[in-house]
Amino acid sequence: MKRSGWLCILLLFGVFALSQNLSAVSKALEGSIYQVGKLQPTDSVLKVKVGDTAPDFTLKAVAGGGVTLSEYAGKKKVVISFVPAAWTPVCSDQWPGYNIVKDLFDANDAILLGITVDNIPSLFAWTSRMGELWFPVLSDFWPHGAVADTYGVLRTDGTAERAIIIVDKKGIIRYIDVHDINERPPLESIVNALEKLQE
Amino acid sequence: MNKGIISLLIVVLGMGFWTNLWSVSIQRAEYGQQLAEMQFAVPEDQQARDYLGLKGKGDVFKIPEIDAQVVIVEIFSMYCPHCQKQAPAVNDLFAVIQNQSGLKGKVKIVGMGVGNSAFEVGIFKKQYAIPFPLIPDEKQAIVNTLSGVVTPWFIGYRFNKDGSYNVFYSKPGGFSNEKEFLATMLELSGFPAGGGS
Repeated sequence: MKRSGWLCILLLFGVFALSQNLSAVSKALEGSIYQVGKLQPTDSVLKVKVGDTAPDFTLKAVAGGGVTLSEYAGKKKVVISFVPAAWTPVCSDQWPGYNIVKDLFDANDAILLGITVDNIPSLFAWTSRMGELWFPVLSDFWPHGAVADTYGVLRTDGTAERAIIIVDKKGIIRYIDVHDINERPPLESIVNALEKLQE
Repeated sequence: MNKGIISLLIVVLGMGFWTNLWSVSIQRAEYGQQLAEMQFAVPEDQQARDYLGLKGKGDVFKIPEIDAQVVIVEIFSMYCPHCQKQAPAVNDLFAVIQNQSGLKGKVKIVGMGVGNSAFEVGIFKKQYAIPFPLIPDEKQAIVNTLSGVVTPWFIGYRFNKDGSYNVFYSKPGGFSNEKEFLATMLELSGFPAGGGS
């Protein structure tokens, strides 16, 4: 092979190699997760307790329209999952897990409502990365964190706690877990709480 | 273009090629050693225990105790959408290995559910019909030790007859073609084309 031929091959290999590195970088950027570091485990005071009637609310859904808690009365138990904020580490690894266990919610005659204090466009962009979610994702953006505040799970920095609240078909709160914001609540704790309501 | 510029281009682009080749298979090599030194609960499932063929007799095991020449570890999470999408391809990889007599029993796959409880790992196993062992990370040991690990992350180990091992692959992200991925893993591990003895 002529010298120019070898040069072309080498150049092609080099261009290929550089393009691979560039794609690796762009893949890393795909994550787009903001690292918040270790946070104070909880930073709010609950305003509701087990046995209380769950404060009603209507919030805008990412899928469009609004969702009202009381619409599920007599029909479904409601698992409310407050998470602190879109594009943060633990939150981004919480709802995708719930997304593969619809059968567990169905078996317990329950619906899941995911709530953050982010606005709809941010929630749309964030949850789009999770695939197609089977449960409504609601925005408690404006008045900012009003629903989270009503339940007493609004932190002093304006984000929500990582909290699970389960409401039975009569609209009564039956389970509250204001979890350490730095950790994901184990799935079995939710399933166990739902199964106890079946008894 | 003069010869000097051409030579410089060749050197720069050539360096890019070789650097890329190296980085393709090994990133955060320390993850392999760290994971190999960690202890995990022996699975209760007899089928999983039989597959792993653990050399130890206790309630816990380390990856080097797995009876295999090559072990491919997938660090995953039930909560990770990429792992969920990747699950069928990893199942196909397992099937390809099991269907080749030269590989079956010598090349093994095990999943480590980073930060996942036994219940959560069980959900993942059931939802995606995972045929190989999945090990929970109840005490978040992997999370705390493998700082910055993302999922899925694959680590390849080659075990030698003297009990030593080397990590030949450590990289985030999945694969789309199980046969190509397996060929890469076998080549990098130095596993004989016709199967090891």
